[in-house]
Amino acid sequence: MEWFDSGWGLSLVVFLPLVGALVLAAIPRANETVMKWVALITAIVTFVLSIVVALRFDYGAAADIQFGTNLPWIETINANYHIGIDGISLPLVVLSTFITLLVVIYSWEHWPEPHNPKLLLALIMILATGMTGTFVALDLILFFVFFEIVLLPMYFMIGIWGDTSTRIVPVVNWEIELRLYASIKFFLFTLFGSAFMLLGFLALYFKSGDVGANTFDILQLSDMGRAGVFTGAFAFWVFAALFLGFAVKVPMWPLHTWLPDAHTAAPTVGSVILAAILLKLGTYGFIRILIPILPQEAQRWAWFIGVLSVIGIIYGSLACLAQNDVKRLIAYSSVGHMGFVMLGVATLTDIGINAAIIGMVAHGLITGLLFFIAGSMAHRYHTRDMNRLGGQMLLMPKMGVLLGFAAMASLGLPSLAGFWGEFMSLLASFNPLDGLSVGLFRTLMIFAAVGTVMTAGYMLWMLRSVNFGEPAAEWIDDHNLHDVDKFEWMAWAPLVIMTIAVGVYPRIVLGATNDAVVNLVTKAFGG
Amino acid sequence: MLATLTPLITRFAFLAEEGGHEAEVHAGDGGALAQWAWLIVVVPMLMFFLIVFFGKKSPLKGWGMAVFGMAFVAVYGSILAWVNLQEGIVYEGAVEIGKIGSFTLQWGWVVDGLSIMMYFLVGMVGFLVFVYAKGYMKGDVRYTWFFSSFSLFAGGMLVLVSAPNLIQLIVGWELVGVSSYLLIAHYWEDFDNVDAGNKAFMTNKIADVGLFVGAIIMALSAGSFQFSEIFSRMIEGHTLLAQFGFWAGLALFIGAMGKSAQFPFHVWLPDAMAGPTPVSALMHAATMVTAGIYLVARLFPFYQMPEFAGNVNQYIIVIGTITLFFMGLLAVVQDDIKKVLAYSTVSQLGYMMAAMGVGAYSAGLFHLFTHAFFKSLLFLGAGSVIHAVHSNNMSDMGGLRKYMPATFWTFMIGTAALIGLFPFAGFWSKDEIIASGYEAAIGNPTFAGWFMVVLSIGGAFITAFYMARAVSLTFFGEYKGHGHPHESPKVMTLPLMGLAAFAAFAGFLNVPGMTDTFIRWVGVRAFPIFEHHAEAPNWALIAIVTPIVLVALAVGFWLFRPKDTQAERDTFEIPGLYPLFEHKFYIDDFYMDGIIRPTMGPLADGTLWIDMHVVDAVPNLAGGAAKHVASAVNTIDQSAVDGVYNTVSAGTGATGGFLRKALTGRVQQYAAMSFAGVVIIAALFMIF
Repeated sequence: MEWFDSGWGLSLVVFLPLVGALVLAAIPRANETVMKWVALITAIVTFVLSIVVALRFDYGAAADIQFGTNLPWIETINANYHIGIDGISLPLVVLSTFITLLVVIYSWEHWPEPHNPKLLLALIMILATGMTGTFVALDLILFFVFFEIVLLPMYFMIGIWGDTSTRIVPVVNWEIELRLYASIKFFLFTLFGSAFMLLGFLALYFKSGDVGANTFDILQLSDMGRAGVFTGAFAFWVFAALFLGFAVKVPMWPLHTWLPDAHTAAPTVGSVILAAILLKLGTYGFIRILIPILPQEAQRWAWFIGVLSVIGIIYGSLACLAQNDVKRLIAYSSVGHMGFVMLGVATLTDIGINAAIIGMVAHGLITGLLFFIAGSMAHRYHTRDMNRLGGQMLLMPKMGVLLGFAAMASLGLPSLAGFWGEFMSLLASFNPLDGLSVGLFRTLMIFAAVGTVMTAGYMLWMLRSVNFGEPAAEWIDDHNLHDVDKFEWMAWAPLVIMTIAVGVYPRIVLGATNDAVVNLVTKAFGG
Repeated sequence: MLATLTPLITRFAFLAEEGGHEAEVHAGDGGALAQWAWLIVVVPMLMFFLIVFFGKKSPLKGWGMAVFGMAFVAVYGSILAWVNLQEGIVYEGAVEIGKIGSFTLQWGWVVDGLSIMMYFLVGMVGFLVFVYAKGYMKGDVRYTWFFSSFSLFAGGMLVLVSAPNLIQLIVGWELVGVSSYLLIAHYWEDFDNVDAGNKAFMTNKIADVGLFVGAIIMALSAGSFQFSEIFSRMIEGHTLLAQFGFWAGLALFIGAMGKSAQFPFHVWLPDAMAGPTPVSALMHAATMVTAGIYLVARLFPFYQMPEFAGNVNQYIIVIGTITLFFMGLLAVVQDDIKKVLAYSTVSQLGYMMAAMGVGAYSAGLFHLFTHAFFKSLLFLGAGSVIHAVHSNNMSDMGGLRKYMPATFWTFMIGTAALIGLFPFAGFWSKDEIIASGYEAAIGNPTFAGWFMVVLSIGGAFITAFYMARAVSLTFFGEYKGHGHPHESPKVMTLPLMGLAAFAAFAGFLNVPGMTDTFIRWVGVRAFPIFEHHAEAPNWALIAIVTPIVLVALAVGFWLFRPKDTQAERDTFEIPGLYPLFEHKFYIDDFYMDGIIRPTMGPLADGTLWIDMHVVDAVPNLAGGAAKHVASAVNTIDQSAVDGVYNTVSAGTGATGGFLRKALTGRVQQYAAMSFAGVVIIAALFMIF
């Protein structure tokens, strides 16, 4: 298995879906069954390979880069095909392949209109490559390429299969199809951030020439960052550029407004992938690139990140309380949840960053499940309006129970996955890294804790409106309302099981992350 | 006043306040019995999952599994209690579930006097209530669902009381919270019940901010979530813990106030009566609501040391006293028999909390113990009555003693125990709380101490008064409801009798100066307990309290005696005060109009408005500007994207062509933008 451990394993995990996409492109459009099987087998093999990686991973050396390789790629600019994983990236890689598999299973019999399985499956496969690639890349250019690969498929997904209803955009008063508005908005926001991010990467490349060869290598740059190569105004501007790039993706307040539109407009599989994985690319960037390479700047601006995070928590929760649209509510709830993740990151402590990673995994599982359910509900009811829904426990009891479970998980019920990230991020905020303002972070902790109350508030409100009461007359004889079907069970049950498993036994995630995070924090900020 | 603390890992010490009487008894580790005690938690949880998956198909529709779980806990708890009384058990088992920074996360199970008492209580009362529920819930729309939620509750409660650390305590705490929500909203077709469930969940969630913050402060100052570690830090005189102890203690107490329905978080408990009556009996009277008391009891050594917890005890006394007196008053005007009992529960929880505050550890727990039996008895009795007359309102009852003798007599025993008549359970436990409070107030005269003594005697009066009213309206006079009520089936009356036996005799477990069984029971802990504890019954106090109770009974029965005109008998209007009681001191209204409506209304709506009209205005305006520029330059006369949509929705064209068209169109723009980016960068570098 030497070949597997020295780069091939990870490369397969990353590029197999791309191969799958190419195969899909070659299959005639009429052969839907063949296409489905190709996609499914690709997803299964990729997932199994990622599990093999997880099983062969040396948890005793979780802080080290494993399964890696470093090959020359674009030699003129010293960009290399440098990949590898440590305990921080491992859970996210597995999460990506896991969600991709579930999305393919779900799609088996749930095709959004217009009917085009070939394109949809191909886009899902391309997305998979982009997502896992981002989590394994150790070279800034490689990272950037993967980071950007996800952009186009998601753009098309929203634009083609999105919500066709029109809305009037406030302030500028355009009347525009939601899918068009949302997809362009998603694209431009992310591109705006990426442009700055690329700028920051290039700046680092040129600056690294001062102490040796120009490099895009994340590990080398991290060493330089620790040694204090990047300082002063230069460091500030690079920090600002990278911050913009990652913060748009997370998204952090006030750069979040693309998210509710994108999530609401996207087809079910699109919003699941978006929520479960794409948002994590931003937070991962903070942890993998921003903190190690620019530790001093991270320390200087941690207060700023913390404040924005907590504004996101409170603001997102308040926006949820005013929602009548189920999907939009879940979308805004992501703003709040990612606020907890970023609050953990902002504390710059081992506990906080661990909290962030387990929070990311939990959010992926739970919000993924929520969007699956919300999508299936919208498909059956043909509306997302909570004022019209109600009595789901009578109409579709299993759907109702699953929605209830997901809502409870989302509000951070202890014993389910969501609890650890939230609680540990609060824990970290009480004692942030030495040198950060203790008073400020403790205040933030209180506000964030109040945010958990509001989260419970809107989740219970949603359950009240959707699940409980007597159903309205329009639903009583609606034959569309069949309960959870076979493919939904197969796609959702694993999420339910993992939500419980991570909740009961957080070591599933922490076992990989803790040493790596401690190492990262120690290296960046000293013992 | 407090002797020096010594670390005692396998021994316990009991130090009485008076006379420095000290007894050290060696405790064992319980052997295999304690090592396997995790089964107490796991079995009911397993039953929960079994009922979820197989309940509907099983012959007893899930009841069998549920009751088996509780019987197991009851038997195991009894054996543990017996061994504990013989030789003492102090044991802590743990399984590591992960590391985060320097903290080790664990699931574990504590086996000591305090947790054994709770195992026994949850198992015994739970078993009897589950048996009763078979009759009460017969024919219910969601019979199996009910027993699965009920088992989840039992499992969660046992997770809570077995917790060796604050994290597990929080987990159990929230699990019982969510099962409480599910069971209160059991009849969710009606939004009133859903709202009651939401109210319970939200009130507790608000208080949980305190629990979370308290646990965090405690863990970070002591360096561990483990109770045993926290106590060890206290022995070492840890400075960080001393510095933050007050805040940790106060915040944790706020969490306890939520679960144990202390003023001003009491509002959820009366509304929780929307759930089926067995739920009210087991969760909202006997066990779940005592979780807050349990938390304070678990951290008792901490709260008793002013060098760590500061004067949090004084807050505990005041809150407990306010709760026991003023919430008792509200029971006087309720027509719904379950709400009478609910406010009574709030009031009795106030007694327990106040007892913890004055340092009467075993007296408070003893009241918790006896109250669990007699209050669940009263609730189940009320349930039996409700089952017979199909109404919760006492104005639909009356004269039921003739129709339901078994329910009547067991209810009378429960009433006697609640109001503290000699020799029933409540007499011993409530008297001990008042006596301990009195002695504490003598020893350390503070405002809070005397406040507690005076109002807890007043509370005894109120308790007797509202129970006299309830009994008279329910069981005496003429029947006012519809149909012909008759006695409940054996499956319901037998548990009533079982509970009645406990309500009648449990008091003898702890008669000051004569039996100290209960003190020996709950005194077995891995850390010494210092408490105010009476050496002998306080005859002077008994001589004051008992006549007060008898007078209250007489007044109550006389005011609500059977009369010819029924309407007159149902109400009792004290001018001025009655509206205040009727509106629950306007506390609920204040929460609704002062906090919830403004948050859900203007604040939430305003945030959303700002999000759409202000925060989003920048990109929208920028987008608008860009669009104008673009159309002016006329480079993009028709969006490539639109082309794509049209192609696909028309369903025409080979996919290859479509893809090429779509991707090339985009990629060119995309490349252009990236190129622009690079140009900007190059420009910047030239400037620098």
